Amino acid sequence: MTLAADGLAWNPVDDVHQMFALHFMVNAYRAGTIVAVIAGAIGWFMVLRRQSFAGHTLAVVSFPGAACAIWLGLSATIGYFAASIAAALVIAVVPRSSSERARSEESAVIGTVQAFALACGALFVSLYGGFLDSLTGLLFGTFLGISNGQVVALGAVAVVVLAVLAVLARPLFFATVDPYVAVARRVPVRALSIVFLVLLGCTAAEVSQITGALLVFALLVMPAAAAQQITARPAASFVVTIVVAVAITWLSLGVAFFSVYPVGFYVSTFGFAVYVAAAAGRASANRLRRRPARGTRPGPRMVVGA
Amino acid sequence: MMTVDPLVGIAHMLAHPFLRSAFGAGTCIALAAGLVGYVVVLRGQVFSGDALSHVAFTGALAALAFGIDLRVGLYGGCIAVAIVMAVLGRRANADDTVIGSVFAWVLGLGALFLSIFTTSRSGTGGVGANAGVNVLFGSIFGLSSSQAFTDAMVALVIVVVFVAIGRPLLFVSLDQAVASARGVPVRALGYAFFILLGITAGVATQAVGALLLLGLLAAPAGASQRLTARPFVALWLSAGIAVASMWIGLTLAYLVPRMPPSFGIVGVATGAYLAAFVVTSARERWGSRPTARSARTLELPVRQPRHGGLGAS
Repeated sequence: MTLAADGLAWNPVDDVHQMFALHFMVNAYRAGTIVAVIAGAIGWFMVLRRQSFAGHTLAVVSFPGAACAIWLGLSATIGYFAASIAAALVIAVVPRSSSERARSEESAVIGTVQAFALACGALFVSLYGGFLDSLTGLLFGTFLGISNGQVVALGAVAVVVLAVLAVLARPLFFATVDPYVAVARRVPVRALSIVFLVLLGCTAAEVSQITGALLVFALLVMPAAAAQQITARPAASFVVTIVVAVAITWLSLGVAFFSVYPVGFYVSTFGFAVYVAAAAGRASANRLRRRPARGTRPGPRMVVGA
Repeated sequence: MMTVDPLVGIAHMLAHPFLRSAFGAGTCIALAAGLVGYVVVLRGQVFSGDALSHVAFTGALAALAFGIDLRVGLYGGCIAVAIVMAVLGRRANADDTVIGSVFAWVLGLGALFLSIFTTSRSGTGGVGANAGVNVLFGSIFGLSSSQAFTDAMVALVIVVVFVAIGRPLLFVSLDQAVASARGVPVRALGYAFFILLGITAGVATQAVGALLLLGLLAAPAGASQRLTARPFVALWLSAGIAVASMWIGLTLAYLVPRMPPSFGIVGVATGAYLAAFVVTSARERWGSRPTARSARTLELPVRQPRHGGLGAS
């Protein structure tokens, strides 16, 4: 069953008209655009800071939050945000140790926490009465039934997050690229990293609502990773990230509307395709120019492929 | 059904054939997962378990979508990816954007196959959706006795092979440089370990589900690693915690009807880790502080050169 009443007419104007005649589709695009912008902006910093695993964990934790909220009869949105922000605070408070043994233990802790969070989600869904559609929606994304209220909530959170990010962007970038010099210059590196984790928690909760808790990588990581392959200049790659994220979201929502398959599949596939194309383009450009490694140039560290 | 006498209660519980199958298969699977999981945590490769859980889901649903036996896709996918991870070696780690993106996409493919399977069985939509949920979150109570027997046999083979290569494997995992200097076949052991891990992921998916197998691999091993620094004690302690989690979790799920068995198992395993964390933290703070600390400092210099020297690029 496709959502489009008459299927794809292969006439772009008609198709778009048909899509936007439906109010939930308009809301899906509004919500998707908000989420894509914030995911691009925060994701760019996240990839630069190499905290993508933390982003993944925060998104996974949002799943039991949403399931619990649904079970308690609250709005799923509240559950997403409460769980992700709480988890972000926990991660921020736990001190990071750099010793080898502690790191091996830390990965065991993260694995355990993720599995336990997912198990709790399964429990809440089962308590709620095992409504299976909502389960796959929570895990793999859905764009149906986004209400006006949800769009407003997403937008409000996004505005706050982007405002905080705008204030912090400069010191955060400094602290990310060169933490030692930043500390020496009295930039509050630790406080910045805590604030950033909370922002990341908000973002992971927002992205989960579109791509599903398991596929946040698609919007949070892939556009940023692709943009950092395309250009090494921070401002340019930041803009490219947001453009790519919005384009992927729009395209995915449109394609998902005219097909039977879930939106999470399209978002992750298009994101991955853009990333692969960017990496391939960079590799061939490097080969053509035959220049020495880019690592010698100042600027953000590139995402090291292999 | 609750009874006052625990023995009568247990006898009553095991009178159900599906619970007997669950306990039989579950014990073997937990044993295998506890043993293999300890080496996973020791080598710091929990992330590869995470990757395998994504692949287990997609492989199983791809098999269902194309109408072949679920296990073909499950084991095929897990073993293939385990070999790839073995080839990549230590270059594959959790913060790697590339690998994270690949596995996010693999999971997206799994969502596609789930949807294909669900819509192709539109007459029996519930079956399709159930299959997806079963792969994600496990269905140990739904195993038939023949399935349970096969799973138990597979898990026992893993245990036997693991015990056979256990000593050199631990040696390699603790100190690769010295092990290779002593003529231990490091590469071959690495491949064998990853293949065992792949098969374990496949068999554990049927017990606790693709998403939760990480809990069965990481939590008992993490707990035992906190409790003792002696590798062989920790290895079997990890297996013991895994089996105990399985038993207690299954019993809880039997007593509390709405609780999914996977939640019981993973919940108990997580509780075990938490308990180990509290106990060891308390011991370090008040009790025999010197011994706990000396055990740690003893291990550090042995483990450090591995990343700094050889593997790191």
